[in-house]
Amino acid sequence: MDLQTTLIQLGQGLWVSFEIFALTLLFALPLGMVVAFGRMSSNKIISTLTKIYISIMRGTPLMLQLIVVYFGPWYMFRMRISDSYRFIAVIIAFSLNYAAYFAEIYRGGIESIPKGQYEAAQVLGYSKWQTFWHIILPQVIKRVLPSVTNEIITLVKDTSLAFAIALAEMFTVAKQISAASSTIVPLMIAGLYYYLFNLVVSWGMEQIEKHYRYYKI
Amino acid sequence: MSQETLLEIEHMSKAFGDNQVLKDISLDVHKGEVVAIIGPSGSGKSTLLRCATLLETMDGGSMKYSGHPVCLAEDGKAGPAKYIEKNELKKMHQYFGLVFQNFNLFPHYSVLKNVVNPALINGMGTKEEIEANAKALLDQFGLAQKYDAYPCELSGGQQQRVSIARALALKPGILFLDEPTSALDPELTAEVLKLLKELAKEHITMIIVTHELGFAREVSDRILFIEGGNIVEQGTPDELFNSQNQRVRDFIGKLSSH
Repeated sequence: MDLQTTLIQLGQGLWVSFEIFALTLLFALPLGMVVAFGRMSSNKIISTLTKIYISIMRGTPLMLQLIVVYFGPWYMFRMRISDSYRFIAVIIAFSLNYAAYFAEIYRGGIESIPKGQYEAAQVLGYSKWQTFWHIILPQVIKRVLPSVTNEIITLVKDTSLAFAIALAEMFTVAKQISAASSTIVPLMIAGLYYYLFNLVVSWGMEQIEKHYRYYKI
Repeated sequence: MSQETLLEIEHMSKAFGDNQVLKDISLDVHKGEVVAIIGPSGSGKSTLLRCATLLETMDGGSMKYSGHPVCLAEDGKAGPAKYIEKNELKKMHQYFGLVFQNFNLFPHYSVLKNVVNPALINGMGTKEEIEANAKALLDQFGLAQKYDAYPCELSGGQQQRVSIARALALKPGILFLDEPTSALDPELTAEVLKLLKELAKEHITMIIVTHELGFAREVSDRILFIEGGNIVEQGTPDELFNSQNQRVRDFIGKLSSH
């Protein structure tokens, strides 16, 4: 296979990787906030269940979670797995997994906001929701950005785990071409693509961090 | 000083676990009055302010703002305090403001936004009116050049002045100040005390917990000495500074010698 075809095929795989990346963030970033609230809930049942959820998501391999989500419907309910479910399974597994990590980052951020901020808001007549939305959340975002950036960069590389259920993202494609033509060049090119992808991600996150640099906490 | 009573506290008590921080506090504050609260650390001064500003719930006794009950003791005296409904309780915030020892400004808001936004949230008028009022306050407090600065760019004294402006922008009946200068060095303390003296001249009703005895003597109409969760002595500054009570004399002597 010539280099041009390889580059094009890897490019197509990269697009799939990007879709996994973008959709995972779209779902996991807000879902993480819900999970964080569950984790901090004063309701013992909710907080314990959330704690177990986070523990499983962080304590088992994402690759295994992918396999469970993908094959689970068949093993549990004998449902036929359609071909389009492959991609959906990846998004579900990634979103659930990353939401757990984001939740712990958010929780750390929320708990690091001084009690005085809540008290000042309360005395000034802010409702609980107004306090969170206007006072706490903006400060939490600033505080968690570096940790969230870390996770997002890891996510770019983790998209390659979709290989486990043979979704045609970039790594899967690179592995196939590599095996067919007995060379590691396609894998090296894929590595370069991941690296460039992350350069863009880092640059983007840096811009967001800069945007929040106008004040210090 | 008018006879309009802005705050009535009767038999307020509060414990944290086994620690009975407030035992039996009764206090009336009239419009235009400046009340200073002094006393040793751990005497319950801050807890009194926190109960009055609804940051803590009192265990027993009654409290009213401008005649509106916040909580009432079932037996009308020192019995368990029964609070009004939550929705009603929220409306009580309009009667008072609180200035914190460590300012608690919102770091992500500019100076102007710190003063404007709470008033906006509380629907105190149109945006133009609120901004004009906020700017007038900031100008009066010597912060005209700082509208767009962020709290992290200000000195402690400036931050405390912003936080006083923020509280006054809501036009509270009573302004509580919890050791407003304790986090400041002497120079910055002087600048904040000067501002508070001006406010006292404008007859803004204030309850100030402070260790600045000279200041308390100068501005207040009444000084309360609190120890062990009780008001041990109260009176005009002259009465208190000439008190025969040994504890009061010791305390004043100790602080004045610094």
